[in-house]
Formats: sequence, structure tokens, C-alpha cells
Amino acid sequence: MGNEAIALGAIAAGVNLVCGYPGTPSTEVLETVAKRRPDGVYVEWSVNEKSAMELAAGASYAGARTLVTMKQMGLNVASDPLMCVEYIGVKGGMVVLVADDPGPISSQTEQDTRKFASFSKVPCFDPTGAAEAYEMIQEAFEWSERYGTPVFLRSTTRVSHGYASIEVKDPAEYTVHQPDGFVKDTNRWVIFPRLSYKNHQRIFTRNVELADAFSQYDRNVLLPGGPSGTVPVAGENKSAHRGIATGGISYTYVMEALKSVGASGTAMAGANTGSPSVLKVATPYPFPEKLALDFLKDLDEVLCVEELDPVIEEALLLICGKYGLQTKIYGKMTGHIAVAGENSRDSVQKAIDDFLAVEAPADSAIKDVEAVQAAAPAGSAASALPTPPPLPVRPPVLCAGCPHRASFYAVKQAMKGQKTIYCGDIGCYTLGNSMPLDMVDTCLCMGAGLGIAQGVYHTEPDTKCFAFVGDSTFFASAITGVINAVYNQAEMTLIVLDNSTTAMTGHQPHPGTGQTMMGEVVSKVSIEAILRGIGLTIVETVNPMEHRKAVETVKHVAAEPGVKAVIFKYPCIAITKPSGSMKVDADKCVGCHRCVQEIGCPALIYENGSVKRSKVLVDTSQCTGCSLCAQLCPTGAIIPADKEAKA
Amino acid sequence: MNPNDSKTMHRNIVLCGVGGQGTVLASRLISAAAMAKGIPVMSAETIGMAQRGGSVFSHLRMGEGIYSPMIAEGTADLILAFEPGEAVRMLPYLAPNGQVIVSARPVMPVTATLTGTDYRGEAMIEYLRANVPNLYVVDTEKALADVGSAKVLNLIMLGAAAKTGALGFTREEIREQIIEKIAPRFHELNFKALDYAFEQ
Repeated sequence: MGNEAIALGAIAAGVNLVCGYPGTPSTEVLETVAKRRPDGVYVEWSVNEKSAMELAAGASYAGARTLVTMKQMGLNVASDPLMCVEYIGVKGGMVVLVADDPGPISSQTEQDTRKFASFSKVPCFDPTGAAEAYEMIQEAFEWSERYGTPVFLRSTTRVSHGYASIEVKDPAEYTVHQPDGFVKDTNRWVIFPRLSYKNHQRIFTRNVELADAFSQYDRNVLLPGGPSGTVPVAGENKSAHRGIATGGISYTYVMEALKSVGASGTAMAGANTGSPSVLKVATPYPFPEKLALDFLKDLDEVLCVEELDPVIEEALLLICGKYGLQTKIYGKMTGHIAVAGENSRDSVQKAIDDFLAVEAPADSAIKDVEAVQAAAPAGSAASALPTPPPLPVRPPVLCAGCPHRASFYAVKQAMKGQKTIYCGDIGCYTLGNSMPLDMVDTCLCMGAGLGIAQGVYHTEPDTKCFAFVGDSTFFASAITGVINAVYNQAEMTLIVLDNSTTAMTGHQPHPGTGQTMMGEVVSKVSIEAILRGIGLTIVETVNPMEHRKAVETVKHVAAEPGVKAVIFKYPCIAITKPSGSMKVDADKCVGCHRCVQEIGCPALIYENGSVKRSKVLVDTSQCTGCSLCAQLCPTGAIIPADKEAKA
Repeated sequence: MNPNDSKTMHRNIVLCGVGGQGTVLASRLISAAAMAKGIPVMSAETIGMAQRGGSVFSHLRMGEGIYSPMIAEGTADLILAFEPGEAVRMLPYLAPNGQVIVSARPVMPVTATLTGTDYRGEAMIEYLRANVPNLYVVDTEKALADVGSAKVLNLIMLGAAAKTGALGFTREEIREQIIEKIAPRFHELNFKALDYAFEQ
């Protein structure tokens, strides 16, 4: 896995300290370091990305090689220390691994860390896959130390979660990096305006130097075009000099697409053809200007193939403007590449075919869709397929037996008929928005539900305002929101969904779990004690699976004035053994469908499809025996599977 | 294609199913089998929020000279589908002479239950029969009952794929990777599932 390759690369580079906060698609980097770490390497899940960034800065000041890991959303949280540490600089190499999420597949935004790099002036490395990421992170540590700056290693989902068989170093070949300790120097480590002014000048000059150095960096590559470097213009008796500029995972799509373009070009027009030249950009910031100039100088047209923001496209436009080149630059800004979402093999193939205006002959080895469809014998699967029956829609849902379902349902029942707002947050429990629960009215970013609830309260004081937050998110970014609510006299109910883990990202420990990534068992930080310490007088902890009690608790807590909290405590079903499974006593089930329609548990299905009065069945492969459905059944038809039905 | 012609073997495999069915482990076993034979392999998987009951897929590519772990449409030599509807969803990836191996057992999405839209696995299988010349349907309901565990769907599917030869790896090669990659207490059950499917 790309993330494992990055982790192994960091270990090979002699990393001393690794910290971060979980977030898809970045999480496995730190987990792999924890699993494979040699003696003397310190690893932690920090409380949030800002904590991690500051910790790494301290360690780098003391000479350690450090790696900080996060997803792109986390970089926003860490941006305060990062913007500043770039001005101060580092001593030990510091690599900030940020995994971007084109799509987005599991994020709120499609922000581009390459843009953040130019904004923060932090150099950025952008690997094309697992094998390159392994090498690149080792080199990134060297660049970081040589230039005294933190550097980004930016990956995307398909790099982080792509797999490749690669050669790795033996432990004997690892770099050993010995931190030489912190040396006091107020003119270096204390960020005063005078120092910032001076360092701003230094950073500007340094990045100009780096842009030159990156033009020589052998991962920034200029691949010359085919025989004559030209591509025939369809329908016209002339050739245009064309090139493609790309980076990251899109580079791999481009190279796959060009395999077939080369074949077709030869087949079509004989000797006077060739494939376009390719510029592979491994360091989007500072942009390797000289190399790009070499690439551009003989080209008439360039297609930029990249995901997220048009970073390469803008850089090339800038160079064209600066040097007065007439080269036309195509990409996202000209509608040649999709503005949002991931690129794919097929989307890139089509963009390149269109750009080169190559028509695919049906008898060639081209593997684009049209060619395959044209070449496929009648009746084969790949020929134009008839429209299939409606496919099942499968949005992600809360697991069968998930305690969040019970918690949401308890609040829903307790507040029936009242004017409410349910402010959600980031985690599995965002899925509480799906039908039939429909219990997430807002979701923004980590910890934001608290602030939004307060904002609604100060605008509409007659609304009962709720903020839902998970345990890991509570520690990461909700505590200041609670303090703000108490201090500024808001009226709201905080619901803490405490499942004793960081579930969405794959069950990482956090301050409330009593375990660390170094394998220590430590005292648990108590959410209830924090809330009481802040000044909440009403903090009720309740088991959401005891449905009636949970509803009563929410009712009386929500009726109180001020800021108050309910902690729903029940472990994630993915980290506990199921207590068994339920079954339906067919004699008692009257087919009212209350269980299915109220809670939407994936383990409850209809015996005969959705026909009226169809009895309900329990899918025992999913059911965990949580018994929430049994507590709702008006006829007592749902019973533990190991019990005999009562006559 | 000769499975033993390892270095020159090029093969694109799509595995698909529903989150929780074990496609990721199956994909890793195939990758490991390839690496054990010195065949370069690249793959990509669905991880994260989409896993929770959503449609999931793995792309797996083997051979020299591959840049991208992702498969282009119309180029999969094999679609190994753990669920009939998901097989249909991935069908545009199938190469003209590619094979589909599909589990007959449907997984009901909670949305279908709630909204009253019926989803029938049989309709998907009928569609596949009409449109895929090279189709192998696995009676997973029976297989899981006979093996005695609902958790071994992935090894049943791998066994079926090894049997048809579409996988490019033998039963023994998969067996070796079970020993390598899976905790010993699950070995017997996984062997049983693999053998059952292979001998059907």
C-alpha cells in the first residue's frame, strides 16, 4: 500500500518521531510506522493535527527527523503552526504527509495541498505511486534538512491506497539519524516581526533557488515525444507540436493512455508521427521552471492532466507569460479536464484522444472504450450492453448494531413534536443523516456542531439546539466549543456519542481509551470530568441500548436551561464480540414494519420483499444482538436467537 | 493464457461486492500469490466511509510495464463478483473475452427495504446470463451452508476462480498465501471453503 511504502521510506530515512491525527486516506502511514518501528522511534496519535504539527516542530528544533501525517482537512487545523514554522525553519528534517481526497470520497472538500504549498511557501513533493513515494520521502528528508524547511509529501487516495510490489531496503541499509539536541538561540527560534521580515526575504530567495534545483531533480522528468515529437492534426496536412504536463496518479493514467496512442499513431499515418512529449511534475512547488521552459519552448499546445486545482496549468501559463511564449495551455480552465472529481483511466484516455484528435482504428490494439466496443464480437459483454435492471443503491449506512443508531433514535423519540436542530459532526455518526433516522441537520467540519448550535440558539432562542460529537472528535476539537457555550451563556444540549474508539478511520486509540500508539496503558481522560470541570452541572451518562431509559434521560436533560450534556456510552460493534443474534418469532410478527421503518437497521429484511404485511426476518450474518429492534416491537416478536419462541 | 508463464503474464482483475464481504482480503491473497511468483502487481481498493455497506471494488493488475493500478473500461480479464448486482455494475470493465465469476446470493441494501423498491438477485443473474458468454455462477447459499460458515465467501469465490483457471493461480498457490497471511486458527475453515469451491 502507498501509505505503507511512505511509512517504510520514513523508517529507512531514519525518522525519529512520527505524529499525526487519523483521517482517510492518510491513516495507515502512522499505523505502519507504529507496527514496524525500530527501537528509539517515537510514535503518537496526537489529539489533533495542530498538536501534532507543534510536537513535530519541537522535535525538529531539537534535531530529530520528524514525520507529521494527516488528511487534507487536517492541514487546515494544523495550518497555524505550519505557516509559522515555515518562517522559523527546522533543524532536523520535517516531512508533512498530507493525503488529498479527489472525488471527494470521504471528505468535505476537494482542497489541494499543492496550493497550500504555494500559500505557505512550503516545498511540495507529489509521488505518482507507492514505489516512487517510498523513494521520494527519503529524498524529502534530505531536501528538508539541506534547506532548513518543512516539506510536504502530498499523496492522493489512489496513491495512498494503491498497492504495488516494491523493493525495500534491509534494516542494515537504513539511515541512522541522531538528533543533536536543542540549542538556545532567541534570534532563531522566537518569531518576532523583525525576524519574520528577514526570513520572508530569505524564503523568497530560497524558493527561487529551489525551483532551479528542482529542475535538476531526477523525479521531475521531461520525456521527449515520439520519432519527430509531433502529432498529425486530424483532417489537416500539418503537424502540431504537442505535449502533456501531469503529475501524481494522473501521470500513470497518461502513460497508460499513451501506450495505445503510440500504437494508433503508427498505424494511422506512417513514419511522420509520434507521441507527444510529457512533462512529469514531481515538485509542484516551487515549480521546476527551467525544466518546464525546456518542455514548452518547441510546443504549440499543451494539455495539463491533474486532479483538484489547476496547479500545473497555472504554473505553465505563468511561464508562458513571463517568457512571452505562444504555447496554448489546455486543462481545467479551458474545459479539457473535469474541474471536480477524480480522473480515471477512461477520462484521461478520452481527454488525450480528443487533444491529439487521433481516431482509433477498430483493428488496433487500442483499449479505449469505443475501440473495444467496435472490436468486440456481437453478444460479448463489452459490446454495447443493454440497459440492466435497476441496480441497488448502496449509500454507506451505520452498521447493524451500531450504538449511534440507538442514540440518535433515543433523541429523536425524546424530542418528538418540539422545535429542534440537530447539529452533526465528522465521524461515522455523520451517517445518522440517512433515512429513516434523519438526525443530522448540519455538518461542517470537526467540532463545528457546537458552534453552529450556539449560533442557531442566539438567533432563534426558542429552538432546542443539539450538538452531536463523537469521543475522538470531542478531544480533537470540541472542548473549546463547550467552553465558549458556557462562557457566553448559550442554551444547548451536547450529545457525546462515546463508542470508545476512533471508528470511522479504523479504530485508533485516543485520550479516552487508555492506550497509546507506543503500546502503553495510560489513565483515561474522562469526558465527563472535563465537562464538569468546564462548569456543566448536568452531565448524564447512559447506555443507548437501554432505549426507554435513554429517551427519559434526554427528555429531562433537554428541558433544563443552560449548557448540559448526555454521554451515550457503548462500544463500537467492530471492536467488541457480538452478544449473539436476534430472530423473529413468525407467529408473533404482524408485519407492521415498525422495526424496519423506525431504525433502518441493515440486518432487518422483509421475508417476501416490501409487500404489505410481509413478515420481517433477521439477517443473522449482520445482527449483533443489540436488541434495539426488540425494544420497539409492539408484539414482542423479536427475541434472542438462542431462545425458544414462547407459545 | 498459461498461468505458469509468470513473468510475461498480464492480467487485469476486478473484485467487487458489498462492504464487509471480504473483497479486500481476497485481493490481498491474489496479490501475495503473484508476488510469491515474482510477478509485479499493482492494485487499488475502496477504503473508508464507502466500506460501510456500500459498493466496494478492488482493481488488480499483474505483469511488467504497468503504470497505473487502475483498470480501464473494457479491459478486465476477470470480474470476481461477490454479489450479483455489483457484477452488473462493474460489467463495463469486462474485456471482450473476459470471464465473470459471480456469487448468486444478493445482499439487500437497507435503502431497498425502506423505500419498498424490490431488488432481486435472480434478475441480475438473468441479465448476466444474457450478456456474458463466459459466466460462472457460484451457488453461494449452498456453499456457505455446506462449509458451515457465513464468513468464508471470499475463499469460496477464490476457489471457484482457481478452478476455472481465470485467476491465473492454482489452488495450492492460494493455499500457501492463506498460510502466510491469515491467522492459524482460521486456516482449516479457509482451506475447507477453498477446497469446497474448487471441487464443485
